[in-house]
Amino acid sequence: MTARLARLRIRRGAGNEPPSYEEFAVPFEDGATVLDALIWIRTRCDATLAIRYSCINGNVCKECTIAIDGVVGYACTTRLHADRVVTLDPLPGKTVLCDLVSEMRPPRERLK
Amino acid sequence: MEDKSHGSAIAPNGSSVRREAGLMTHLDCDVLIVGAGGAGMYAAIAAARAGAGHVLLADKSLVGRGGATVMAQMTVAAALGHECPDDWTAHLEDTLAAGRGLCEESLAACLCHEAPARILEMAEWRVGWARRADGRIAQVSAPGHSRPRCCYVDFLNTGPAVAATLRRQIGHVAAIRRLSNLNVTDIVTADGEAAGEVVGAVALDSATGEAVTIAAKAVIIAAGGLTRIFRRNSASANMGGDGYALALAAGADLVDMEFVQFFPIGHLAPRLVGMDPIMWDPFRYKLGGRLLDGSGREFLADYGSDETSGYTTPRDLATYAIEKEVAAGRGSPHGGVYLSFTHVPKSALDAAFGPVIARLAKNGIDLGQMPVEVAPIAHYHMGGIAVDERMASRVPGLFAAGEAAGGANGANRLSGNAIPEALVFGERAGRSAAAYAATRTLRWERRCAAPALERIGTLAEGRRGDLSAAVLLDELRELMGTEVGAFRTAAGLARAIARLAEMRAGLSTAAIAPGLLFNPTVADWFELRASLIAAEAVAHAALAREESRGAHQREDFPETDPGWARSQYVRMTRDGTLAVGGAR
Repeated sequence: MTARLARLRIRRGAGNEPPSYEEFAVPFEDGATVLDALIWIRTRCDATLAIRYSCINGNVCKECTIAIDGVVGYACTTRLHADRVVTLDPLPGKTVLCDLVSEMRPPRERLK
Repeated sequence: MEDKSHGSAIAPNGSSVRREAGLMTHLDCDVLIVGAGGAGMYAAIAAARAGAGHVLLADKSLVGRGGATVMAQMTVAAALGHECPDDWTAHLEDTLAAGRGLCEESLAACLCHEAPARILEMAEWRVGWARRADGRIAQVSAPGHSRPRCCYVDFLNTGPAVAATLRRQIGHVAAIRRLSNLNVTDIVTADGEAAGEVVGAVALDSATGEAVTIAAKAVIIAAGGLTRIFRRNSASANMGGDGYALALAAGADLVDMEFVQFFPIGHLAPRLVGMDPIMWDPFRYKLGGRLLDGSGREFLADYGSDETSGYTTPRDLATYAIEKEVAAGRGSPHGGVYLSFTHVPKSALDAAFGPVIARLAKNGIDLGQMPVEVAPIAHYHMGGIAVDERMASRVPGLFAAGEAAGGANGANRLSGNAIPEALVFGERAGRSAAAYAATRTLRWERRCAAPALERIGTLAEGRRGDLSAAVLLDELRELMGTEVGAFRTAAGLARAIARLAEMRAGLSTAAIAPGLLFNPTVADWFELRASLIAAEAVAHAALAREESRGAHQREDFPETDPGWARSQYVRMTRDGTLAVGGAR
């Protein structure tokens, strides 16, 4: 049996740049989440991919909130599917900082 | 209190992508708190209450949402006496017994004595402790406690409720300024006459790519523990040992660093999301789950444990038996063992854990039909920054709180003591730091911050390298899991120490992408630097302690040696190497 793959189409670049997408293929294991794949990409393929996460799989910090196939959700609790492309964008309605990272700090928690 | 200038320390990198770097901000405050979990938030409230007019609460993640507090689903120990007669001295007795003779008794006494006041204050702030029908706070039994003493928030919501309550409280205090995505990279100490005293810190605002200098009269490190440096852990992303590395570099001592608590039956597979990986303990207590090897055979009896009358195997023995089964090639597919409840009737499962059973079903786990895979995972760190009862380190102006502070739990932490530790030590640290700050003036000396700012400038330029810090962090976690895990040998620890030293020497060659604006390679680099130092502190202390005690188990020294009933301290020497002292 050949190894199953999950495919992720990820928005890249800084917020002031026109969006471009890069596709990654990631080994798929049953139950794997979008965040599992993003961490795998950062370690194995491209350490420059900017993502936000903190609690990893607790669904408590809300920091990994992004748009997954256009639907807002948590990367840590959204499951991947084998042999299907999933498109990831930063949280809509927020200023994009880089790649999948948007400015999600409340205004009072920023330097300026 | 804010001063913005075009700093020369940040080299413009010419990249259009991350061009914003180049600004630098300076902040003044009375008390700077590094880390905004339970301990940091409580410290901020207490510092303001004690008169500090400018409290800066910084977190490299989001304030009140990162760290360990939000992860805790279970219980909080405090001798409230709501369930049955109780006294803080009884709680202390249990805490000292769990600590296997190594607790710093004065700290453990603070923890147990003041836990009820903090729990009741949290109740006033409407955290929502579960209550009995008559209004008393519900208190349940937990391992190691002589009586029901542990309160909780329904349902598996203790940590998130504690964090949300404190977030709400700090929002009401005008003196507290919250800063998210502010990664404190260095504590700055004075030179000259006041050499060694804390004068502030250098930080990086990862969301804007700005270097930030912070003048502070006192600094509290509340940045949590280090369990993230082990391959299998129950940690959040921010538990890579930052606080320990910051403290060591500033001149503080660390204590009891060899004592990392491994939880024997952490969840391994199938992939489980939205749940705490240490959730299986109450299941095993209530329902008598069976541990099975890869072929489905019970094995605990082979290690001298008889579970015919229930879940009685101590954690260290369970951990030992599981690791030995895996090493002998008898493990489960993911490298652990099976935990099975298939012998328990569905009605009993539902009656005991109905809502959890439903949440498990969402994860594709039907406990009545299939076993799960479990393995020992790093869960909590007993060691930390050595402090007195004021939470003051040996560095004037440097305080610590929460898991970052060491000593109260000795060689092994009593279940339920982590959240009260965050609250009690946070409150004490905030109060003490404010009192200290009241006697000081700001004495910022930019000269003393220059090395830290230059480093940020160098990183901003980026550099080519064979390996990214992300890859090296992965290697670090594997290495720590294999050689410095729940069972240790001199040979394995020596291998770890040698490789960690090589990795630290190689920090200057790790690949970095240019720019500072949410540049994950720069964040990785700082995390790697901190994690390597924290890992070395654990490994050196573990090699020096030639006995087994509590969470520190040596295969080559399996007995507890009464002559070792003392703590070890780790200090950083001028050349950056670590020295272990206090051993006999």
